[in-house]
Amino acid sequence: MKCTRCRKPAEVKIRAHNSAFCRDCYVVFFRRRVRKAIDTEKMIGKGERVLVAISGGKDSLALWDVLHEEGFETVGFHLALGIGAYSERSETKSREFAEARGLEFHVHALDDDGLSVPDMMVATRRPACAACGTAKRHHFDTAALEYSCQVVATGHNLDDEAARLFGNVLRWQVDHLARQRPVMQPTHEKFVRKVKPLYLTSELETASFAFLRGIPYVVEECPNAAGATQLTYKAVLDQLESQSPGSKLSFVNEFINRGSAGFIAKERETAPNTCGGCGMPSFGDLCSFCSLSAEVRRKTAERNARDSR
Amino acid sequence: MKITLTPQGREVEVARAKRVADLLDQLGVTPGTVLVIRGEQLLTDDARLSASDEIELRSVVSGG
Repeated sequence: MKCTRCRKPAEVKIRAHNSAFCRDCYVVFFRRRVRKAIDTEKMIGKGERVLVAISGGKDSLALWDVLHEEGFETVGFHLALGIGAYSERSETKSREFAEARGLEFHVHALDDDGLSVPDMMVATRRPACAACGTAKRHHFDTAALEYSCQVVATGHNLDDEAARLFGNVLRWQVDHLARQRPVMQPTHEKFVRKVKPLYLTSELETASFAFLRGIPYVVEECPNAAGATQLTYKAVLDQLESQSPGSKLSFVNEFINRGSAGFIAKERETAPNTCGGCGMPSFGDLCSFCSLSAEVRRKTAERNARDSR
Repeated sequence: MKITLTPQGREVEVARAKRVADLLDQLGVTPGTVLVIRGEQLLTDDARLSASDEIELRSVVSGG
């Protein structure tokens, strides 16, 4: 197979685009795709500092690489989840990426607050992903304020967005459909814009880019993801994609361009209160993260008291 | 042909596969869900394989 652009031997074939690329041309193609998404959706303004949420996986590191190479001012932020060796490897890969390029990088460890993901799972008896998501949203918001960033960029890719859209449509979760956008504008002065520059690039594309750029990343999956519904949706969509290339791209892109306008009525109003715990916007006395933290601490103390009897 | 499945860390031996597409078909791997790596190179599904090849099939699917 030959490169569509230069006719050298191809290393990557993108069936959704009916194209194949050699190493050099693929890197150019990928960067242009991401840059086009950023510009078309007006994700990042001139002179804005971007907090890049870094997990240590292929998507976030590929995103950081593109943003840095495209000349954006970036700050890497890694939330250490406290999930044993998996979290240690994730932090190491993230730190090594930043150090190799001399990029600003910060880590917040949930363990330091006594709130690691395993702690939250045990205390709340709820799925890890729910607590993890709440912690990530909170810390991305507070880190953006702390490091004077106007934008938070995450590595959600086309497959993530297609699986999420598939799940939302299966259950017609209209409030969730109303919030599925590549750009979410802030609803409060303490929040910043949230953007997903990889929303039209597939997992195969981001993994290929990371490999061809020589970016070491954590290949293993979060141990708590086993059995996650999203993986089932992804497997279904992968089968569909293999029979009908471009299905995922048109599913997400057409929803954003033509379908999403029907789901904008239920956007949440601005949070009216200030959280008594962290000072961030909230609907009650505490924000959802501080409520979760209080619940975890209370239940952990109760369990320790029972165990000591 | 020695095949390593990552991140599972599992190794399998495949007796005969002319091309990458045949290999994925034999192993029941959906195209587009793995990188096919030989040495420092990625392979497209029409790439020819030989019996002495060592191939890594690296999953690209994340559950986040």
